Amino acid sequence: MTAVLTADTAPEVLAPDAKRPFALARHSLALAWRNLVKTLRNPEQLIDVTLQPIIFTAMFGFLLGGALAGDTAAYLQTLVPALMVMLTLFASIQSGVNFSADLKSGLFDRFRSMPIGRSAPLIGAVLGDAIRYVVTVVVLLGFSSALGFRIDTDPARALAACLLAIGLGFALSWVFLLLGAVLKEPGSVQGVAFLVTFPLTFGTNLLTPVESMPGWLQAWMDVNPSVYAMDAARGLMTGGPVAGPVAVTLAWIAGIIAVFAPLAVAAYRRRT
Amino acid sequence: MSTAFETEGLVKRFGDFTALAGVDLAAEEGTVLGVLGPNGAGKTTMVRVLATLLRPDGGTARVDGIDVTRRPDEVRRRIGLTGQFASVDDDLTGFENLQLIGRLLDLRGGEIRSRSKRLLADFDLTDAAKRTVKTYSGGMRRRLDLAAGLMGRPKTVFLDEPTTGLDPAKREELWGVVRRLVADGTTVLLTTQYLEEADALADAISVFDQGRVIAHGTPAELKRIVGGQSIIVRPTGADSLDAVAALLRRFTGHEPESPQRGVLAVPADSELVFTAVVAELALAGIGVTELALRLPDLDDVFFTLTGHTAADKKEEVPA
Repeated sequence: MTAVLTADTAPEVLAPDAKRPFALARHSLALAWRNLVKTLRNPEQLIDVTLQPIIFTAMFGFLLGGALAGDTAAYLQTLVPALMVMLTLFASIQSGVNFSADLKSGLFDRFRSMPIGRSAPLIGAVLGDAIRYVVTVVVLLGFSSALGFRIDTDPARALAACLLAIGLGFALSWVFLLLGAVLKEPGSVQGVAFLVTFPLTFGTNLLTPVESMPGWLQAWMDVNPSVYAMDAARGLMTGGPVAGPVAVTLAWIAGIIAVFAPLAVAAYRRRT
Repeated sequence: MSTAFETEGLVKRFGDFTALAGVDLAAEEGTVLGVLGPNGAGKTTMVRVLATLLRPDGGTARVDGIDVTRRPDEVRRRIGLTGQFASVDDDLTGFENLQLIGRLLDLRGGEIRSRSKRLLADFDLTDAAKRTVKTYSGGMRRRLDLAAGLMGRPKTVFLDEPTTGLDPAKREELWGVVRRLVADGTTVLLTTQYLEEADALADAISVFDQGRVIAHGTPAELKRIVGGQSIIVRPTGADSLDAVAALLRRFTGHEPESPQRGVLAVPADSELVFTAVVAELALAGIGVTELALRLPDLDDVFFTLTGHTAADKKEEVPA
């Protein structure tokens, strides 16, 4: 260290936000960039989203395909779009786990002592994990195509299906950020998050048709947002009714964010 | 001069534990206020309230005249924080850490680059700028943390035990940085467990114990509270120790003690006694290798004020 500072340290009061608009968006993007860089520097953080699509496609496809649809390739046509929804929901758990770990670090003390929006670190955490959704969707579509999955509609609709699944993942990540802000240990966030995610993802027509299930389970499916997202993704990728399921899914995405984003921000603020 | 920050009757409780039991503090602009106390005395809680990280349960805290609970964002534009645990991101490089802070402070791109480069150079981190922080040593992280706290040219800098765990050479370097900041007009609140550090840097010291300020003053004033200065003599030959002890007893009227082998210390009630002792030693032809009129150090201050030393306290206080 040099004996004296050469950088100008003459004090200066920072300009208020009003001078430069969109402060919240800029701060959130700066923090999302941090999350993205961290993920890319620790590629093992992407192992789950890379291997899960392969394992689930192979397992369900070969295990159930013959029995339920005659052969694997035919079964994949109904499995893959729904599996995409399940995988994006699984991928969103990590946002809450990382957020919980971040809250324990001194770095977040620094953020809290700076003139940035209280929601910026949370929005940054959600957006920064976009790469996880992209990886899991790309691997799923790549691997399942090799096993015989085909998009029967067109690329634009298929893309819309992907975005819808990712949108539900983003929405659910606010639930996990809330858990991350409330629970002290990243490990407990993961545990509780899986408890939330299993009924959402497996309590669906992911693997088998609704008609085969008891009434109470069918009642759950009538309200489970994943069912609508899975139906919408199937319609958009392999044909079938689209408008209804898409509308319900979008409403759920908006509803989950409207309820859980403020709760997560409030829980984060209370931690201070 | 105006007040850079002040607190009145600040109270903070965590469940049954009272971390701050009515703390009054104040620092003039461009000065260093040392907050001295053992672990668990409430120093970090104090800093966290002033840095808007904790809401107090009672009392007020103002930075630059602005209430920290009413207008926290206005306070945040004026402060820099360097924590006890280095608050930088392990997975980012040194440069990226400063870049992130600059972007969050709404600095322009060019300013972020030039300021990061200057600060990295000042803190001897230029060569490590492109390495991720997880490869840094403890001292390097501490320096980067301080650099990050200075990105926004804060008016007031809170340094929470900035030199804990640093080796003595690095500690002295950090002291140089603090002095330079103050020369530029920055106000510094420095918490420390090192009595020597508060003595070296602070214009005024508040001594904390169990959530209270038990003494406040300049280092010299605090030393005066403890009273008596002492004469320290180390005769050249051990065989003259008895003669020196007799001489000291005669001139001061106190019984000399031996704090170390071969050294005698005795309270001196007036400065004149010291010069008389010096003259008498010369007359008696007794050579000395050390001869001093010493003010008490801050360890003595702490002991006098609390009845225990800073070190014994650490064991019994909750973390």
